[in-house]
Amino acid sequence: MKLSVWTYEGPPHVGAIRVATAMENVHLVLHAPQGDTYADLLFTMIERRNHRPPVTYTTFQARDLGSDTASLFKKSCIEAYERFKPELLLVGASCTAELIQDDPGGLAETLGLPVPVVPLELPSYQRKENFGADETFFQIVKRLSRPLEKTEEITCNLIGPTALGFRHRDDITEITKVLNSMGIQVNICAPYGATPRDIEVISQAHFNVLMYPETGEMACRFLERTFSQPFTKTVPIGVGALSDFVKEVSEIVGANEINAETYSQLPWYSASVDSTYLTGKRVFIFGDGTHAMAAARIARDEIGFEVVGLGCFNREMARPMRKLAASFGVDALISDDYLEVEKHIQAIAPELILGTQMERHIGKRLGIPCAVISAPVHVQDFPARYSPQMGPEGANVIFDTWVHPLVMGLEEHLLTMFRDDFEFHDQAGPSHHAAHSPSPKSELIPEAVTEGNLDHKIIWLQDAEKELRKIPFFVRGKARKNTEKYAQNNGYSEISIETLYEAKAHYAR
Amino acid sequence: MPNENSLAGCSSAPVLKERGQHEVFCGLTSIIWLHRKMQDAFFLVVGSRTCAHLLQSAAGVMVFAEPRFATAILEETDLAGMADAQLELERTVAELLSRRTDIKRLFLVGSCPSEVIKLDLATAAEKLSEKYFPRVNVINYSGSGIETTFTQGEDACLEAVIRGLEPSEEKQLLILGALPDIVHDQMLRILDQLGLKNVSVLPQIRVEDEVAVGSNTYFICAQPFLGASFDEMVRRGAIPITAPFPFGANGTTAWLKAIADTFGVSENTFKAVTDAPRRRAELAIEKVSKILKSRSVFFFPDSQLEIPLARFLNQECGMNLIEVGSPYIHKTLVGPDLELLPETTTLSEGQDVDKQLDRLLLGAPDLTVCGLGLANPLEAKGFTTKWAIELVFSPIHFYEQAADLASLFARPINRSEKLKIGRVA
Repeated sequence: MKLSVWTYEGPPHVGAIRVATAMENVHLVLHAPQGDTYADLLFTMIERRNHRPPVTYTTFQARDLGSDTASLFKKSCIEAYERFKPELLLVGASCTAELIQDDPGGLAETLGLPVPVVPLELPSYQRKENFGADETFFQIVKRLSRPLEKTEEITCNLIGPTALGFRHRDDITEITKVLNSMGIQVNICAPYGATPRDIEVISQAHFNVLMYPETGEMACRFLERTFSQPFTKTVPIGVGALSDFVKEVSEIVGANEINAETYSQLPWYSASVDSTYLTGKRVFIFGDGTHAMAAARIARDEIGFEVVGLGCFNREMARPMRKLAASFGVDALISDDYLEVEKHIQAIAPELILGTQMERHIGKRLGIPCAVISAPVHVQDFPARYSPQMGPEGANVIFDTWVHPLVMGLEEHLLTMFRDDFEFHDQAGPSHHAAHSPSPKSELIPEAVTEGNLDHKIIWLQDAEKELRKIPFFVRGKARKNTEKYAQNNGYSEISIETLYEAKAHYAR
Repeated sequence: MPNENSLAGCSSAPVLKERGQHEVFCGLTSIIWLHRKMQDAFFLVVGSRTCAHLLQSAAGVMVFAEPRFATAILEETDLAGMADAQLELERTVAELLSRRTDIKRLFLVGSCPSEVIKLDLATAAEKLSEKYFPRVNVINYSGSGIETTFTQGEDACLEAVIRGLEPSEEKQLLILGALPDIVHDQMLRILDQLGLKNVSVLPQIRVEDEVAVGSNTYFICAQPFLGASFDEMVRRGAIPITAPFPFGANGTTAWLKAIADTFGVSENTFKAVTDAPRRRAELAIEKVSKILKSRSVFFFPDSQLEIPLARFLNQECGMNLIEVGSPYIHKTLVGPDLELLPETTTLSEGQDVDKQLDRLLLGAPDLTVCGLGLANPLEAKGFTTKWAIELVFSPIHFYEQAADLASLFARPINRSEKLKIGRVA
């Protein structure tokens, strides 16, 4: 039993849903109790998807246990097939269904559906979300791929992007641009946007670009073994990694020099004098292995930060992470325990955290600025604007994102010069942020009428004053003003709770 | 009070009962508001990574504060033998209580996996209560999805609390249901003005707020989803008061009147206390609800608030009801609201979400009240939606919030009228 407050990864079936949702014409029937449908909102709310994830949940209840959960599963499969007519059906179990051992795969086999059915083994009590995605996609590829002649022109597959991934949508566009500039076409991108028919022709590409090892490595290894398709090992996040990636691709396709569009503003921005204030800033980096390792290289070699801590939450990446951390002269933190990460950050007291949404919580509590570099993510990590992490534009986005939470160069000097200045002081925070608070507001006692032109003073009775404070702070000011205006217009000299609510009703819109 | 012969509205209307995919939360989700309401309580879910992920995903949309809930995640080793799991639980609780000395009430919350492996949380709670007496009171209940839907988690929690209440023969009024602070205080103030002196509320904000129960206890629910707590109160000998739920001007008046009549409050006092706020509420609703008048609404099942809210929208805002879906219909509790629904309303209980979506297409409502999983996909198809979950978290009860409640429904319609661009995602 493990005590857990927040978790970095969901259960493995959420990984399966990420793959199914990313693909087209695929449907997943998940043997699961009522309530597991919460996973839908990750996609419809956090990622703002305009479709429900293609998942049917069997929704068994206590009264079904021991009697009829198996036939409930079969019924759900048949109905899901009839309604959605997918080209491929995935079947699996969530954590509770795993315990009742109905064998969804075996049950689905007996139905004789006219489409391929891929049973998923998702060990909920041992593995986690990334494994679930990696395994699901691997099983799909294993089932549908077949040997084909390589395409005439040089092509590759983009492997690994899923639904709910950190900037996957934009990374696909950016990396496609880079590859196209090298004269390489994309055969298929999968799971994101792929249909089962696309997977059938996966082997005709010359090589695979493994964008996210967390969710695509098993499939890439299988394709290398089975169809001699090599795959890239460098994830092109950052200027240096992008250049290595281009070299790697050149070697794979057998050309010595291929020019690629890799121009980024990051090197100049880092070199310009304003960035002097970035040099040597102590950063702590944490996330999934891929993003954290890429961030470490950028932080040290491309911005000039000092990396004082480095780690990842997914144990699958522990080995490469430890190796890299050692080369940075730090011990890697491999942990999915949010409290342990918090303790670690507190101990090394960095000036900047590059982490996940969890570290944003930690940073907020400890008063340390934080930029998000990896999943798990929040709705704000799916911006409307184009903001990849990979490729030249990705490097630009990263520079801006990481610098944003910090106090800017000259401002930092002002802080030192005017230590107790009313506008520039330690608690004020960067002045370009909305939360910047030059002077501590005293809002405890609502002053009587603050605006001029009033004939007489209006007194807030104590009860009314207390009641006013129960109103959320962001509308409190308006409520106070409206009430006072209302009282004045009605010739009241005192404001009671009654007056407060009369005014509220009066101004109701 | 209406008698058996004068049943009207939807009280005896047929209910469409459905089984199939339920697009709803499980009972664990109520921990999100219960832990804010009960300030010295901690909720420890004994479950899987899925439970932890659910709480985080549901809470992540709404709160950023340091939570007073956590999950003891079952691992492979725990599934092997029962005795082992009990020891593990004791160890986990010890770890938790040593870190959080502010905890006075600890709820061990059962989940789907803990129910399926029949982990005995009742015995665990009893043992732990003895071990940590008198510092911490340990109580267990189940918030599992195989037994509870969303708000039924609060119901199961209160039921467990009621079971542990001390007996008392004092005449008193007990109100059931967690309410936002501002609403809670308004309610107590108005009951005080009516002259009711001995009033208490469950859940208690702090464990020191002593509450007892007995045959002179009259009780009324402030939330419609407290069926099991209602039954448990009756078992403890308490006398129920039922009325339409206190939403809108009419609902609030009816709810307060039922209490006033029970406690013999004079007509004059009742009028003196309620006339002004009632008129205020009516005027405010009238202003806000113009945009709702004659429009149609369709409720997907979510919190069991659906029937009372449908009553409010129909009776006080002039909306037409197409379908009112509820995860569970407790007829004793929502009966007074059902009587006031037009007979033409389709009532549904449980859910087969795909079939219900088919009916939605046919009904083509002006406003759809649904969960977070459905809202954006429906918006993308051109439906105007209201997230049901907001109704559980916002102050919507009683006179002073009546117009706020109406405006929660008016806002999405307002928005779709304001936006002059397509909504295709």
